[in-house]
Amino acid sequence: MDELKTTVYTPESALRSPKRMLLGMFHDLWASRDLAWQLALRDVRAQYRQTALGLLWAFILPIANAGAWIFIQGSGIVTVQETALPYPVYVFTGTILWAIFMDAVNAPLQQTTAAKPMLAKINFPHEALVVSGIYQTLFNAGIKVGVLLAVVIPLGVIPGWGVLFFPFALLSLVLAGTVFGMLITPVGILYTDIGKGLPLLMQFFMYLTPVVFPIPADGIAATLFRLNPLTPLVTTARDVLTGFTPELIGSFLAVNIAVLGLGGLVWVIYRAAMPIVIERMSA
Amino acid sequence: MSETLIKVENVSKKFCRSLKTSLWYGMKDLGSELIGRPHGGNGALRPGEFWAVDDVSFEVKRGECLGLIGRNGAGKSTLLRMLNGLIKPDRGRVTTRGRVGALIALGAGFNPLLTGKENVYVAGAVLGLKTKEIAGKYDEIVEFSELADFMDSPVQSYSSGMQVRLGFAVAAHTEPDILILDEVLAVGDMGFRTKCYNRVFELAKRSAVIFVSHQMSQVARLCPESLLLESGRLLRQDKTSLLVSDYEKQFPRAGSSWSIAEGVTLSSVTVNDIADQETIRINAGDPLVVKVTLTLPPGFRCLEASLSIHHPSLEIISHINSKQTGAALAVTGRECQIAIEVPSLTLGNGRKLLTLVLRDGDSSEILLWANAVWELQVESPYMVPAPVYHEARFSIGTSETLTVA
Repeated sequence: MDELKTTVYTPESALRSPKRMLLGMFHDLWASRDLAWQLALRDVRAQYRQTALGLLWAFILPIANAGAWIFIQGSGIVTVQETALPYPVYVFTGTILWAIFMDAVNAPLQQTTAAKPMLAKINFPHEALVVSGIYQTLFNAGIKVGVLLAVVIPLGVIPGWGVLFFPFALLSLVLAGTVFGMLITPVGILYTDIGKGLPLLMQFFMYLTPVVFPIPADGIAATLFRLNPLTPLVTTARDVLTGFTPELIGSFLAVNIAVLGLGGLVWVIYRAAMPIVIERMSA
Repeated sequence: MSETLIKVENVSKKFCRSLKTSLWYGMKDLGSELIGRPHGGNGALRPGEFWAVDDVSFEVKRGECLGLIGRNGAGKSTLLRMLNGLIKPDRGRVTTRGRVGALIALGAGFNPLLTGKENVYVAGAVLGLKTKEIAGKYDEIVEFSELADFMDSPVQSYSSGMQVRLGFAVAAHTEPDILILDEVLAVGDMGFRTKCYNRVFELAKRSAVIFVSHQMSQVARLCPESLLLESGRLLRQDKTSLLVSDYEKQFPRAGSSWSIAEGVTLSSVTVNDIADQETIRINAGDPLVVKVTLTLPPGFRCLEASLSIHHPSLEIISHINSKQTGAALAVTGRECQIAIEVPSLTLGNGRKLLTLVLRDGDSSEILLWANAVWELQVESPYMVPAPVYHEARFSIGTSETLTVA
């Protein structure tokens, strides 16, 4: 008979035994792969099964959003400065990329909240919730990007070889969103204020990211745009998709390295926090 | 096979009654966890907190089955949640060896829009089965659930009983070293419950089992030994049969009521010659004699008398009725005395309740109804939690010499 796995639970902080914690983290991540897949499968199926429009919902919102901005700009209500791309293409790629990022931000809190009844009663690797969220975000992103290409190519946009780099740009965006989403999840489970305040905060962030406006040439806004870590992510993704040379590739790589480092830290926090958060859920 | 799989040492857990304070303490705990401090502050209670589990220790070995009994809020589920690693203890230490399986939230992870088949895969994955393992066990699971015809329908079209059956079927096909059962055997119809029992018995042989139920007969069937918890504290660990009567004593006795028909005057009622007393101590095997003296309005020809004995939960254990035994209680005058004699009261140990009913033998109209008025405190050598026993003779011999009277 195999040696049985011994598990010990004490009041000690998990951070006190870093080696055991790290081993546990990777063990659980590996152990959660089937569960993450099944949960993603479940949610994707259920998400579209009770709708008449089905997969259309994955891109109706960003299309409507883009339409609104094209109208606003075209009617002269707001004058947006000149973009290198035709403005409709600029705004459409921007809103789609932003929608993907938002999916990634929302996923961890959404998945964890939805799994409350399960979390309160069953012990399973909690990493599965985050990974399942990433799968779902990527699935929906695939549809969105497909629609995006179907719209912008007829508009005369030719993605060059740079498009081969696009998956990495997309993954960076999803990863950054997931890390941020994971960071707010433990407190977000305790206090619903987080979930309520998030859209507000993110909307504010959207206007500081080149989603519907290009980066301003000067002024305080220009500084904020430059400082915003999302700027290189969105810009690079848009550039490689539309055949431009990514101009912010340096900061893109720097942001990615920072996100990876932060991601490890956030993972530790998420893991340490889950038993404490579960304790405050109803059984 | 006597490896200790569960070891609980001086475990305590505190909870908070107010939601706002509880959430705030949650934030504080989160902070101290992240700076490496032990969980739950310095181990003392903070304002508004109480010990939900207080200094509990026990062990369970493979092949053993331990019952956990106690009133609602005694800390049973909290203890199980710590065992399962869902929440951290505030004091003490829990050590488990091997795979923990919990039959607690049946059908956890089910999505009502998905089909039964799809949900089997999800629920299995939640319980730690790999997709391949589920595929291998799928037919067995479906057969166990007896829902083969419904596997392609969405689970929202299932009755709640069917959902629970499917959930149980999946959970019962995990192979845990430690099995945690919390109030799950009361699911489904009778046929399915029996099936669940047998399955649990089978699993229990290979694992260490902790079983929580409020149905003492279930606990007694599955677990030779149990823990009795009260307000988070472990009162004692003992043979289940001995704990059951202690547990039942924790409840106030069920309400009793008298009702007497108009025109009937009750002079006296005695139980074993004791009048005006509602608690009767009695040894098992002794006789029970109930005598009623009353005055009836004119016009009665005969009466019908019955005695019922109830479990403290009011569940009926035994019933005797003069009509069924063929005794004609003919009324001779307006004043009459009725005696009901049970030569030998073969009841199990513990508290029982006694009900007396008198009816008009012709119309069956109730004349006197003393509902659960007497409490019988039965002292019985039969420590089994079965409510009744039978007098019996056991013999042994060969096929030639054995004689059965």
